[in-house]
Amino acid sequence: MATAGPDTDPTGFNIHPMDQFLLRPLFGDQIHWYTPTNATLWMFIAVAAATLLMVAGTRGRALVPSRAQSAAEVTYGFIRKMVEDVAGREGAKYFPYILTIFLFILFANVLALIPTSFSPTSHIAVTATLGIAVFVTVTTIGFVKNGPGFLKLFWVSEAPTLALRIVLFFIELISYFIRPVSHSVRLFGVMTAGHAVVKVFAGFAGALGIAAILPITAIVAMLALELLVAVIQAYVFTILTCVYLNDALHPGH
Amino acid sequence: METDASGYAVGMPQLDAAIWPNLIFWLIVSIVLLYLILSRVALPRLGTVLAERQDAISNDLEMAALLRRRAEEAEAAYERALAEAREEAMRIGEATRAEIQEELKHLMEKADAEIAAKTAESEKRIGEIREDAVRSIDEVARETALAIVAQLMPKLADQSAVDAAVSRQLEG
Repeated sequence: MATAGPDTDPTGFNIHPMDQFLLRPLFGDQIHWYTPTNATLWMFIAVAAATLLMVAGTRGRALVPSRAQSAAEVTYGFIRKMVEDVAGREGAKYFPYILTIFLFILFANVLALIPTSFSPTSHIAVTATLGIAVFVTVTTIGFVKNGPGFLKLFWVSEAPTLALRIVLFFIELISYFIRPVSHSVRLFGVMTAGHAVVKVFAGFAGALGIAAILPITAIVAMLALELLVAVIQAYVFTILTCVYLNDALHPGH
Repeated sequence: METDASGYAVGMPQLDAAIWPNLIFWLIVSIVLLYLILSRVALPRLGTVLAERQDAISNDLEMAALLRRRAEEAEAAYERALAEAREEAMRIGEATRAEIQEELKHLMEKADAEIAAKTAESEKRIGEIREDAVRSIDEVARETALAIVAQLMPKLADQSAVDAAVSRQLEG
């Protein structure tokens, strides 16, 4: 099973950009579906960080908030406003679910920037589960709220001819089923690529001696960019969830 | 797990389907856990805090509006009272001035009358004194003339002749 390999390579280059994505069991050396792994650890750390922000910070319940409480209130207000702006008043009911997704992805992304940490959102199994969960939930809400009327989402009644409407129906249908794919692959791809690039630069640094200053500078710049990307991807995933939810609540163009 | 002999990853570990159940299981556990924490503890608390703050702010604004209205009312009442007091003061001043004028006029008339009476009395007395004086001159003249005549010519000293001569001289 996966254990850390030897630190040095005869060639001097020590580039293993994909190693960081390896799952390692915390106890024993077998990975069953229930085995706690480094992924489990960092998912739980993300949950703990989100809890720290939203629960520990608001312990004072102060009328005039402390800094920590302010941060929690800003996060709450930011996502709440996003849900209500994008999905309307009816969307507010699903706010806790959307906030959960946002906080989980945000902290998973940001904490993954810590060296030697593990990035759960760089795993397609994780992002696809999140994406499919959104897809299934939203589709269910759409049919429960609108019945067969939900199919109007695919029927472009503004199109001039019936033939065009039928063509558009299939295009809309395909694009609807592509949603969970693009939704999850976007997050997975961006996180994987960013982390792999940092690792490749780090591998160069080990072999270049004094010239290592160049890849190290590049890593610093990349990490700044990755921090931005981490936050933006959490935001994008969340706002797309709101957009899909809006389609389910208000189908028809 | 796809690793080579020295434990390095081969290809993309993410695409190894053997680890998916594990990731999915722990992801669901984490998401449910976070959802429960947020929906049971954090969101009700934040919702309450924000609602309370909203209430407190609107209460304070209402209270401020009320106090402002009261202050405006108090100011209006004060202005009214001030105007009334000023009017009252003016009225009292006017009345007092008229009263004093009246009394002054009265006292002046009285004083004029007294002065006139005193003047008349004084004039009468001066007249009397003057008559007295004139009479005295007459007498003194007769006595003096008689005394002078008696000293110069004792034989000729005749009371009636001297009187006649003096009367003649005084009237002349």
